[in-house]
Amino acid sequence: MGKAQKLVQWDPHNIKEKLLEKYPPKVARKRAKQIMINEALENTTPEIVANVRTIPGIITMRGCTYAGCKGVIMGPTSDVVNLVHGPIGCSFYAWLTRRNQTDGINEGMENYIPYCMSTDMQDSDIIFGGEKKLQAAIQEAYDIFKPKAIAIFATCPVGLIGDDIHAVAKKMKEKFGDCNVFAFSCEGYKGVSQSAGHHIANNQIFTHVVGDTKTEHTEKYKINLLGEYNIGGDGFEIDRILKKCGITNISTFSGNATYDKFAVAGQADLSCVMCHRSINYVADMLETKYGIPWIKINFIGAEATAKSLRKIAKYFDEQELIDRVEEVIAEEMPAVKNAITEVYPRTKGKTAMLFVGGSRAHHYQELFLELGMKTLSAGYEFGHRDDYEGRHVIPNLKVDADSRNIEEIEVEADPVLYRPRKTPEEMAALEKAGVDFKEYEGLNPMMEENTMVVDDLNQYEAEKLVELLKPDLFCAGIKEKFSIQKLGVPMKQLHSYDSGGPYAGFVGAVNFYNEIDRLVNSKVWSYMKAPWQENPELSATYAWE
Amino acid sequence: MRKVAIYGKGGIGKSTTTQNTVAGLAEMGRKVMVVGCDPKADSTRLLLGGLAQKSVLDTLREEGEDVELDDIRKPAYGGSWAVESGGPEPGVGCAGRGIITSINMLESLGAYEESEGLDYAFYDVLGDVVCGGFAMPIRDGKAEEIYIVCSGEMMAMYAANNICKGIMKYAQSGSVRLGGLICNSRNVDNEKEMIEELAKKIGTQMIYFVPRDNDVQRAEINRKTVIEWNGECPQADEYRGLAKAIDDNKMFVVPKPLEIEELEQLLLDFGLLENA
Repeated sequence: MGKAQKLVQWDPHNIKEKLLEKYPPKVARKRAKQIMINEALENTTPEIVANVRTIPGIITMRGCTYAGCKGVIMGPTSDVVNLVHGPIGCSFYAWLTRRNQTDGINEGMENYIPYCMSTDMQDSDIIFGGEKKLQAAIQEAYDIFKPKAIAIFATCPVGLIGDDIHAVAKKMKEKFGDCNVFAFSCEGYKGVSQSAGHHIANNQIFTHVVGDTKTEHTEKYKINLLGEYNIGGDGFEIDRILKKCGITNISTFSGNATYDKFAVAGQADLSCVMCHRSINYVADMLETKYGIPWIKINFIGAEATAKSLRKIAKYFDEQELIDRVEEVIAEEMPAVKNAITEVYPRTKGKTAMLFVGGSRAHHYQELFLELGMKTLSAGYEFGHRDDYEGRHVIPNLKVDADSRNIEEIEVEADPVLYRPRKTPEEMAALEKAGVDFKEYEGLNPMMEENTMVVDDLNQYEAEKLVELLKPDLFCAGIKEKFSIQKLGVPMKQLHSYDSGGPYAGFVGAVNFYNEIDRLVNSKVWSYMKAPWQENPELSATYAWE
Repeated sequence: MRKVAIYGKGGIGKSTTTQNTVAGLAEMGRKVMVVGCDPKADSTRLLLGGLAQKSVLDTLREEGEDVELDDIRKPAYGGSWAVESGGPEPGVGCAGRGIITSINMLESLGAYEESEGLDYAFYDVLGDVVCGGFAMPIRDGKAEEIYIVCSGEMMAMYAANNICKGIMKYAQSGSVRLGGLICNSRNVDNEKEMIEELAKKIGTQMIYFVPRDNDVQRAEINRKTVIEWNGECPQADEYRGLAKAIDDNKMFVVPKPLEIEELEQLLLDFGLLENA
């Protein structure tokens, strides 16, 4: 794609119009509300519609509720047996596809991540009900592995025929006595996106696992890291940094997680939320039940990492930790600075688009900023309005039927374990000093003026955006990978990181700089056309011309 | 071969009416196969003399793919064939999916082939058309004529009207047509006139009025159709009459179901007003 064709000046309203012009009027009206131009309005900021049903016929980038529950939240947990109740395809296509790493491979640890376990439902199981088969499968898994816990996932047909997976789980749990068995009603058709699956998974983990432990953590500076999934080893890098600072991450939801790491979450003194979308409600529940305050942090981007570390140190408010954090930042930053000095002249001024996740499209802009790259357009697959506009919109969110369909659990302060970590006075003082609790400002403020924020982007609009704006890099997931590359634009997967990573923390930032430098400066894209297409050796005309 | 499906409100007497009618057709020399589409698998006991037969789905489950027609089809009264689709116990699984599977199985085993020499295939379908599975017999290429068993009771007429909505949906895209209403009398006032009027409004006919007679129950206790139990009794002639009416029927329509207000008005006109 020649640089000469690049639109230097473009009007976002014009682009939006072009994105919508092929749609039937009703579809265009609906999509228009999900395509927001980031501009200052007279008295207010622009609103975006999110977390609504994808219009049938549109090839969405979204995944299903089962994918969100089984793949995203429970997938990275090494010592829980994940058993899928359904036809085999639902298991096969969710088998080892997320690149979440685990140290469960180490000696003495249980690791069931490499396994693919399914009840393999057949026609006769649909007709006569699959509960007996599920029960037999649970028994078989228990007999072979003797695991701490078995998690059962419902697929679409299970919901349709009404198998009572929770009753089966309860029965088997009582039978075994030493193995926690619990189930997720995460049928793929529920909700509007995988976001519903995250919610269902986290609710059940909170109900069935958190608190079920004999481990007692007595370390100083104990935190939970919520919404970090250890893709490509991100979590390992974050843990390395935290450890170096003297901060103990006792529980990650759910990167490199184990049953016990979920279970001890109530003992932390601070919850740090990475992916706001998939986990903010868990942070709220931990605060309500155990008195653990939460802050939003972000370990994507070297500057953001440093900022997050300082925020954590500020919360604990002890000079020893504050000093240690500064030392670590000072130790880590030179390597980062060296890398960016090398790369920056080649990446500066390049452009990117990010359509991924419920926080990644926001967090990765930090790295692009460090690279001197402009984000032309961004959006989430499964974000809600608060992930775009900030948590201040939460009171005004419309609760529609699709959201009501997802269970909300009521949590109360634990009569024994509830212990406010800070006095109200201390909290107020910290707030004043800039530790903003329970606060997330969303993606929109990060974006430059007149950029485009598009929710639930689809294949057609993705290709149209690339065609019109010709970014130097497009970031999304595997489904988009090749259709974008065929347009002659390099594509980076920010779900699975292709084969790269980690990209979090300081080491991750360096990895990312080098990867993006490699992608946006590759010569390969200039060879998209065969030589004879550009400079034919022979030329001729048809006789009738 | 004529493919007939019998629908109607639960408990209205579909299975009893179907089997007694089939006995009448068999007596006339017609070759009939009855396919029971009720998970309880009790649609053919009168024709089989109470023989509990293994259902298509039970056979499929036990034998796997190695199923033959004779495993699932039993010879019944008067040279007819009886098949029970079967299904899950109440409260589990998916009975609708079961019906789809078993009808497909019958087709693939060639139960409807010309070589079988059938004059009629009867589908006796459970209650209302609650989901896609129970609509299977009226989908394109399956049953082509439908008879709805009803009585002069409000809920039976309501159900009949509802079933007409289902038939209308499939009639628009396929060849299924309504052949008429069979009134299985409950001794309601003005019952015959009321059902005739309902049939007229829907655009069809009351093909037969089956009077209430305890001989039906007596025959059932003996696990027989009325014709087999006592071919001389008046009720046997009624079923012969119904069989003949179906055999001679030429009136097949796309029904025009009524609005609920119209239906209520009909009940007022024929039933309640006189007593009020």
